[in-house]
Amino acid sequence: MTTHTVNTALTNTAPTSTPALEITDAVLELGDGDGRVRALDSVSLRVQPGEFVAVVGPSGSGKSSLLAIAGALGKPDSGSVRVHGTDLASLNRAAAARFRLRNIGFVFQSGNLIPALSAADQLRLVARLAGNRVVEPEALLAELGMAHRAGHRPGQLSGGERQRVGIARALVNNPSLLLVDEPTAALDRDRSQEVVAILAERAKRSAVAVVMVTHDRDVLGHCDRVLEMVDGQLSELSAAAMGSGTGQSSWNS
Amino acid sequence: MFLALRELRFARGRFALMGIVIALIAVLVVLLSGLSTGLVNDGVSGLKSMPATAFAFDEGTMTDNAFSRSLVDDEQLEYWAQAEGIESAEPMGVSIVNGTSDQGTQVDLTLFGVEPSGFLAPELSEGSGLGAPDGIVVSETARAAGLEVGSVVTLDRVGLDLTVVGFTAGQATFGHVDVAYLPIGTWRLIASNTATPGVPTEATVLAADYPYSSVVALRAAAGSSIDIEAGDDAAGTMTMLRTEAFNASPGYEAETLTLSMIQVFLYAICALVVGAFFTVWTIQRTHEIAVLRAVGASSGYLLRDGLAQAAMLLVGFTAIGVAAGVGLGAIMPEAMPFELEAAPVAFASLLTIALGLLGAAVAVLRIARVDPITALGGQR
Ligand SMILES: Nc1ncnc2c1ncn2[C@@H]1O[C@H](COP(=O)(O)OP(=O)(O)O)[C@@H](O)[C@H]1O
Ligand SMILES: [Mg+2]
Repeated sequence: MTTHTVNTALTNTAPTSTPALEITDAVLELGDGDGRVRALDSVSLRVQPGEFVAVVGPSGSGKSSLLAIAGALGKPDSGSVRVHGTDLASLNRAAAARFRLRNIGFVFQSGNLIPALSAADQLRLVARLAGNRVVEPEALLAELGMAHRAGHRPGQLSGGERQRVGIARALVNNPSLLLVDEPTAALDRDRSQEVVAILAERAKRSAVAVVMVTHDRDVLGHCDRVLEMVDGQLSELSAAAMGSGTGQSSWNS
Repeated sequence: MFLALRELRFARGRFALMGIVIALIAVLVVLLSGLSTGLVNDGVSGLKSMPATAFAFDEGTMTDNAFSRSLVDDEQLEYWAQAEGIESAEPMGVSIVNGTSDQGTQVDLTLFGVEPSGFLAPELSEGSGLGAPDGIVVSETARAAGLEVGSVVTLDRVGLDLTVVGFTAGQATFGHVDVAYLPIGTWRLIASNTATPGVPTEATVLAADYPYSSVVALRAAAGSSIDIEAGDDAAGTMTMLRTEAFNASPGYEAETLTLSMIQVFLYAICALVVGAFFTVWTIQRTHEIAVLRAVGASSGYLLRDGLAQAAMLLVGFTAIGVAAGVGLGAIMPEAMPFELEAAPVAFASLLTIALGLLGAAVAVLRIARVDPITALGGQR
């Protein structure tokens, strides 16, 4: 199984030569007739393992569309998407699902946890889906400071705690790419800083590439690079334009 | 079933509510099954216990109430007696009469006129057998009307006096009317409309000269089969096997049809209610399903999980309902014709589960239509 070897290679700290995500000239049109919009307009993006990239931009500019094609949830009309060398265009629906399960982690707005499952069971379910029944979710939860909440269901957790469990769930199958959609939308300032700091730390430690869509300019200081999406077009944002970020945008290669 | 079990526990209030409805349907299904077996057995028990292989009716008799409509003569009886494969053929008279007991109570009786020493003669549970022209052997169920050995029943209008000489065991009724066996000669006297008030005697019976009976009861010789078609052609009759003849007893078809229809409705209700519940449940879970599919769960996994959940719910609560129904059946009043048989109850339970599952399957199939892309936030 090729997808699995990709995964194993990564956990042994991959060489930086293969980008974790490589999007080339992606075009995506959505809607029909008069309502047809160009959600992605010739977007190119390359993210290295261990790199933490933020994408900002007005709503409706195509940020979620970018995550969708990067995460094998949809295919661009033209252009190519490669995740750690695998061309996503070659995957049919079932293969794309298997690929997402083993190679891509999703962190959604406000966690999007399953209401019926305890924190530990959220992780166990995703591990079992990938055929791993012996996973010990407690260790991963402990790394995210959630050991004491392992038996709690989402309804019993605060927003910040839910988001930590969501991050742990996204990491449980050791993905090479983490796609994060507005993780701090439901959090206060301090909680937002904590959650994004955790993402930055995981990116460095597990050499996982992180692409985070956010509206929250305050958290950009944790990121290696900030990109701006406007009308489906992606461009690099200069450090100066990054607003109140804590300054340095350390480049990790 | 990792998720299915935990969701059952998590939403136990909602599932319990649905489960109670399923259990109540199962109770009804069991009660109806018991009632329909009981009624049917009660209605045809007089026939069921008869040691006849088949009954020959007069040609062209209408099936409904055929026993009391049909009239065959001794020639037809002779044909059958000679037919191949027949061990014996005996005349049998069937008619329903009203009478009054010597205690003044009204009694309805199905008269079965048979040869006193023939194969149709009833098995006794008390008293003596048929023989005397005025002696009748009634079913145990007639005790409810106050009949005892020695009781005299006077037939209305005719004024003929008959004396109970014995009882026959079992719930022998015919169209829910208690059975009274009497000698075929006495039956012929009554059927000929020449009976006079008082006690029938050998002399009055002989004088009746009425060479008819309702049907010819046939018993096949051991190991041989009857050529019904050839026999019917020769004798001018229409022969039905004993089990087919159930349809010819009063009310049988109407009762079974009514009860089956109620059962069919119950199964349909079960499928619809379970389907509606799982439709709402699946719609509530739409976002969660989108998230799981985005994460990479296959639709096969999610469908199996959803169906397993429905199956656990249905099997569990149907079992509870069936147990409750059987328990209720045990405390049914004697007078109610209620009989539980393993096969129909098992069949009814399985059908409840199967149709519930069908309803759930239609609802759960929505899972396959959930687009994982909707898990991403924003305007989508
Ligand atoms: N399913 C869809 N059908 C038609 N248009 C869509 C659909 N989804 C998104 N769009 C449009 O595509 C554009 C980009 O959407 P999206 O990627 O969700 O933006 P963002 O996440 O930056 O707010 C928007 O103009 C949006 O209205
Ligand atoms: Mg969006």
